[in-house]
This record gives sequence, structure tokens and C-alpha cells, in this order.
Amino acid sequence: MSTPFYVSPQQAMADRAEFARKGIARGRSVVVLQYADGIVFVAENMSRALHKVSEIYDRIAFAAVGKYNEFENLRIAGVRYADLRGYSYDRADVNARGLANVYAQALGNIFSSVGEKPYEVELIVAEVGAGPEDDQIYRLPHDGSVVDEHGTVAIGGNADQISSFLEERHREGMSLAEALKLAVESLARDNNGSDRTITPEQLEVAVLDRTRPQQRKFKRVLGRQLARLLDGTAAVGAGSSDEADEDEDAAEGSEASGASGTEEE
Amino acid sequence: MAVNPDGTGRLPAAFLTPGSSSFLEFLAEHQPELVPGRLNVAPVKGAVEAPHGTTIVAATFPGGVVLAGDRRATMGNVIAQRDIEKVFPADEYSAVGIAGTAGLAVEMVKLFQLELEHYEKIEGSVLSLEGKANRLSTMIRGNLGMAMQGLAVVPLFAGYDLDREKGRIFSYDITGGRSEEYGFASTGSGSVFARGAMKKLYRDDLTQQQAITLVVQALYDAADDDSATGGPDLARKIFPIVTVLTEEGFNKLSEDEVSEVARAVHARRLEHPNGPMAPVL
Repeated sequence: MSTPFYVSPQQAMADRAEFARKGIARGRSVVVLQYADGIVFVAENMSRALHKVSEIYDRIAFAAVGKYNEFENLRIAGVRYADLRGYSYDRADVNARGLANVYAQALGNIFSSVGEKPYEVELIVAEVGAGPEDDQIYRLPHDGSVVDEHGTVAIGGNADQISSFLEERHREGMSLAEALKLAVESLARDNNGSDRTITPEQLEVAVLDRTRPQQRKFKRVLGRQLARLLDGTAAVGAGSSDEADEDEDAAEGSEASGASGTEEE
Repeated sequence: MAVNPDGTGRLPAAFLTPGSSSFLEFLAEHQPELVPGRLNVAPVKGAVEAPHGTTIVAATFPGGVVLAGDRRATMGNVIAQRDIEKVFPADEYSAVGIAGTAGLAVEMVKLFQLELEHYEKIEGSVLSLEGKANRLSTMIRGNLGMAMQGLAVVPLFAGYDLDREKGRIFSYDITGGRSEEYGFASTGSGSVFARGAMKKLYRDDLTQQQAITLVVQALYDAADDDSATGGPDLARKIFPIVTVLTEEGFNKLSEDEVSEVARAVHARRLEHPNGPMAPVL
């Protein structure tokens, strides 16, 4: 007769956390930064069809790293939650805090139920407010905890390193072009400190833009507009933020006239 | 709380179950009591008194389509509301105008907008214009039980078709039957008169501005002969809602823009009360 091995609860949880963390660390990172007019999401993602960053509701977006099927499942649940809530109450009653709570519950339950494999995902739920001080960014690690973040946040493979890099350089009131460039710089840093080059084709970029006249503030930054924002390194030095703003306005204008009014392609 | 009835903030299993990208189907499965038209109303004798919205008109022009509606809601012989809005954006490239029971219709539009947005978010792509028109058909059919009791909703759907690069109009009957209309269309109690007016004025080479004037003229004629349709109310400054759908997307004309057109039409009608005259032959 064999008796089952005794595994202490601490050990069991540590093993599960280790398992989830390893899964998450395999993927590329996603960074989220506040800028003057909103929140920008930047992910390294070769795929045009499988998104890491998506719209949830009028002012709320979602970013994730880890296993695609798992975070896609959570994303759809979030869209359903937000749409149902907005339909039964009002559009104004859907907020990021509520959504983050729901995600935390879902992730926490899965993480601590012994029968289930823990989700290998880490999420960000962000809501753009009327001004930068009203922006909300929540980071949700695999175990169901919620971290309220400000300024910048990174999730995924190199998260710790990227976070500290971003924190040093990020400041309030950056233009979109500046924030975007900083984000790409942070993603391009390798484990050993050397830089890779990341082309616009490898990036998935989206913004929650509080200045957008439409009710839905989420917009993907694609193609020419993205290239233009990443270009012009010379223009965006210290103190020439006026020029950067102009650059951004021009990009916005051409977007509008390009009739790409729909959120997603 | 509707979303998490147990109050724990947890996601019900239905949220995490893979399913269709239709919000309506999700709602019907998860919270059927929220689906309008599913209510079990005991049959009543005679007409049910509820505010009714009246006339909606639409006309295409090269490059787009105009959809407009008057502002009156009636309940029997009483004007229930003078400034009701009956034309709504459905999404970036389409709009829907509603005639029929106002309460149900506004709810249906809300659900229709959400249906399109939900699909767009889940799928990451936009439905074709035909697809949108068919979804609306299904929703009207879902209301058939109510329609049989006199609470019908009969919308007019117009949109800019990005694939075919032109404006298109779809009209419906109470059973959800859908038909594409070419040139112009109208629905609601004043629709007969509006259609008559448009028949005489419509040409297929109208400019956008002419198309706008055309629908305002048609609504004026509808209000002239149908007591349930409201004409431009110069005293209260209540003018029709006019929306334009083009390659650039949905655009609702500002009150000033519509007022200018409506005042011009009105000024001409002071001289010719029957409006512009078409040649006899």
C-alpha cells in the first residue's frame, strides 16, 4: 500500500505560481504608458489578426500576455460583461475598476482551484478619464491580485527590466510620439542590455485618446500613421514638444480624412 | 445586480463559455428577461395606447444616402412628444430611423447598436451592410408578438456600403421582411405623402445638399397631409433630424444646418403652399 505524498499548501501554491510565471515569461512584453491625451498600448506582435490589445468599452481597453486562448477567453468575457452592464444600466456605469474586480475574481478562482490548471496570463485593464489624473490602469497578475498602476506599466517576458527602464524615463504630459518612442525603446532592450531593432511591422499599437470626438475612445494606430509617429527622431528632442505636437496633429488629421473611421481593421 | 446576481463580482460561467459573437444571442441565453419583445403580455381587446413615432424618409445620392425623420410622437389624437428623436446612428457607416411604438423602437435601436458594436469588438471586423440589415430583420421578427397587438416597430435602415461604394436603403415590414429600396423610401404614417413628394422631386444625380432639401420637402408634405407627422416648428425651433452617410461615415446635421434648409423650404411654401411643381409631361 502506498500513501500519497504530502505536499504542503505553500509548496503547492508556489508550484502553481512558478508554472504560471514561466508560461508568461515565454511571451513578448506589452507596455502601457500614459501620455498627455490618453493612454498608449504598445505590444510586440507579428500577427495582424491575433491581437494582444483590444477594445472593451467606450473608455476601456485590455492588454494581455501569455496563452492566447486563455486571455482571448477573458477578453470576450470582459466585452460581454461591459456590454451587458451598459445595456442594463447606462454606458456611464461601466468602469475599469468593476471590470478589474471581475477579472481578479475569475483569475483568483482558477488559480486556487486544485482541479484546474492556472491561467498563464497577465492582464492590463485601463480606462481613460477626462484628464490625466482620472486615468486608471490596473495590472492583473496570474493569481488574481490587482495592482493599481500609474504612469507606466509593463507585463510579459522582461517586465521587471522594462518597468524600471520606463519609470526612469517617463514623465507626465509626454506627447504621443514621445511616449511611443520610449515604449519601443524599452521593448527593444534585450536581457543582456543590448538593443534590438523593432520595425513598425512588428508592433501592435493602440490608444485610448480622450480627445477623440466619438464616444468610443479606442483607436488602433496603424500603417503610415505609426511609421510617421516613430519617425522624426530629430524633431523630438528635449524641449521641442511643440513640434512633436504638430507632428501628432498632422497624423491625426490624415487619419480622419483617410476614412478609416472603424476601430478595427 | 444584473451582471453578477450573487453579488460576489464573479463572472458567471456563461461569460466564459465560447459562443456566438451576437450580443442578442448571449442576452437571450443568459438573461432572457432583458430581451425586448419576449414579454408575455396578456392579449387585450382594442388598440393599446402608447406613443407612436411617425414619418421617416431616406434618399440616395451619388456618394451616399440621407436619412431623416420628423419629431412628433402621437398617442391617439394627442401629441405625446414634440421633439422626439427617431433617427439614430447604428454604427460608423449606417443609421436607422424608426416608426411605430416609440418605447419599443428606441429599445430596439439601442440593442441593434450594441449588437453591431459587440460583433465588431468580438470579431475584430465589421459586418457587411447586408449582414447588418439582416440582423435588424431578425430583431423586428422577434417583436412579432407585440406587433400583433398593435405595438409594431417598422424601421428604415440606411448605410454607406464600403464595398460597393454607394448609399443603400432597406425597408422592413412588421414581420421582419426586408427589401432593398432604390432611390428613395419612406415609412410611418405620413410615408404615403412623403413618397408622393419624393416621386416627383427625386432625380438620381442630386447633390448631397439637394438630397437634404428633398427629404425636408418630403417631410413637409407628410406633415401637411398627415396629422401625426410634425412639420418644422419655427416657434419652438424644432426641426427634423437629418443624417447623412457617406464614405466619411455618419454625420448628423447640426440644428443650425437643418434650420437653414427648413426655413428656406418654409419661405418658399409661403408663396406656393403645395411646394415645388413638376412638369406635367
